[in-house]
Amino acid sequence: MKCLREFLDKQKPHFCEGGKFAKLHSVLTGFESFLFVPNTVTSKGAHIRDAVDLKRTMITVVVALLPALLFGIYNVGYQHYLALGQDASFWCMVGFGLLKVLPMIIVSYIVGLGIEFTVAQIKGHEINEGFLVSGILIPMVMPVEAPLWMVAVSTAFAVIIGKEIFGGTGMNIWNPALVARAFFFFAYPSMITGDKVWVANSCGATDAISAATPLANQVSGDCGVTLCDSIIGLIPGAIGETSVVAILIGAVILLATGVASWRTMLSVFVGGFVMSLVIMGNVDDALLQLCLGGFAFGAVFMATDPVTSAQTNVGKYVYGLLVGVMAILIRLKNPGYPEGMMMAILLMNSFAPLIDWVVVQANINRRMKRAKVNA
Amino acid sequence: MSALFSDKNRQALLGPLSANNPVLVQILGICSALAVTSQLKPAFVMGLSVTVVCAFANVILSLLRNTIPNRIRIIVQLVVVAALVIIVDQVLKAFVYDVSKQLSVYVGLIITNCIIMGRIEAFALANKPWPSLLDGIGNGLGYGMILVIVAFVRELLGAGTLFGFKVFPQAFYDWGYMNNGLMLMAPMPLILIGLIVWYHRAKNPDMIENN
Repeated sequence: MKCLREFLDKQKPHFCEGGKFAKLHSVLTGFESFLFVPNTVTSKGAHIRDAVDLKRTMITVVVALLPALLFGIYNVGYQHYLALGQDASFWCMVGFGLLKVLPMIIVSYIVGLGIEFTVAQIKGHEINEGFLVSGILIPMVMPVEAPLWMVAVSTAFAVIIGKEIFGGTGMNIWNPALVARAFFFFAYPSMITGDKVWVANSCGATDAISAATPLANQVSGDCGVTLCDSIIGLIPGAIGETSVVAILIGAVILLATGVASWRTMLSVFVGGFVMSLVIMGNVDDALLQLCLGGFAFGAVFMATDPVTSAQTNVGKYVYGLLVGVMAILIRLKNPGYPEGMMMAILLMNSFAPLIDWVVVQANINRRMKRAKVNA
Repeated sequence: MSALFSDKNRQALLGPLSANNPVLVQILGICSALAVTSQLKPAFVMGLSVTVVCAFANVILSLLRNTIPNRIRIIVQLVVVAALVIIVDQVLKAFVYDVSKQLSVYVGLIITNCIIMGRIEAFALANKPWPSLLDGIGNGLGYGMILVIVAFVRELLGAGTLFGFKVFPQAFYDWGYMNNGLMLMAPMPLILIGLIVWYHRAKNPDMIENN
């Protein structure tokens, strides 16, 4: 640690004004604040003193994502050997999963961070940690057979169109990871729907095996998955989304650290449950809906994104309820889009500022009325 | 000859190509720019048709400008533009029937294209026929230019063709390349035009609004 610190200090003069690499100033500060706590402090104005900064928030989310990611890696291997009909050891499955998933994560980080660094140089602002989470979320919502160049194109689209043109981290309207998935979904529909893409079968021996996702099957009536299966998560699906248990571990981490809002999370589940109860008519099916597909993943990691969700407390309830309702509505009533969670969150992302505005206005009006009565 | 292409006239012709582009700067004609740009051929024909209509409408109304009572000028403009659009529509049907079918209602909708009415109101009614002709041609070409750029990107990346001819060799697809389906959908031209506006403003800093 110390020699790293000394190395950075030695390099610093080169990156300051007049130095050799003055233009790459933000790269150095980016790495420095990634490795160490920056020693710059705000000197003016009233501030809450807190150890939680953007870096710690983002790392907490990454940690919360790890259970789902590790399970996803295992599940990729499990589904592969299941499709082949072979027995394989635990480590064999994990190894296969790593071979499939790791390249996607690396590609997503290289492309995304590359664009962030470039934009920071052009615009002359600092690099921040916003992409750390998006970069790991993007591979987790992709089908395992997604070609790497498509992951790269989707990531680039999400970072440029979804984020940088609005002003970078904290200014984006839509969740960047979902923008990447939406781009992928509409641009290469054959790679994200159907029965070939959710199970990695690169050996070519398994052409005959089809493994549609439960969501695709349920349109025709029976989804063929029990509640228990979908909670444990050994079913085909996008890399990170299948296991409700792993996602709930992440949810506990997020809620315990206060990074994600329990209001949003709870109301997404309530909204989804109520809507599926209305459509499906019994509790078992309604519960299954909450555990299938990307619903739980979206509710825990995507809908709670502090940038793109509603900011006010009342707004969070409204936003969450509508995300849940819309997700189930799209999923069950529109067979063209078997996964409604992505659309629902993106749609409500667009409405979040409006919800906040209404809540704030209502509050102002209420207080105005009270002020008049008392006067 | 030099008087014909004085600075002012040249401005009327060349201004709309960049600094005063009807799509990028005046934000006119967006609707048809979204609708007909999924392929290069219809976009090209559409740009040409609008140029012809815009040029002739400008000349005719510039000739009539002193005889039209102000209160009924919109009706007169509509009659002239509608007549021109019908002629263009018939010509397209006669000579490029397949493109005309592809463009379908959008040929008829040239009549409501904001660029044409906008140029008549803003330019032709206050200027002589010759500058009006140049202005009409310039704006039509400025519009067509954006259409062709957007259609070029959309057809190339969305269908892998240009003017219907395959651009990417089959080997590309065998290696795993795929056409981008989003390019053929309605949101993409909006994003593309946004990107072009972005680039255009970045190149012309005096156009960036202060706020």
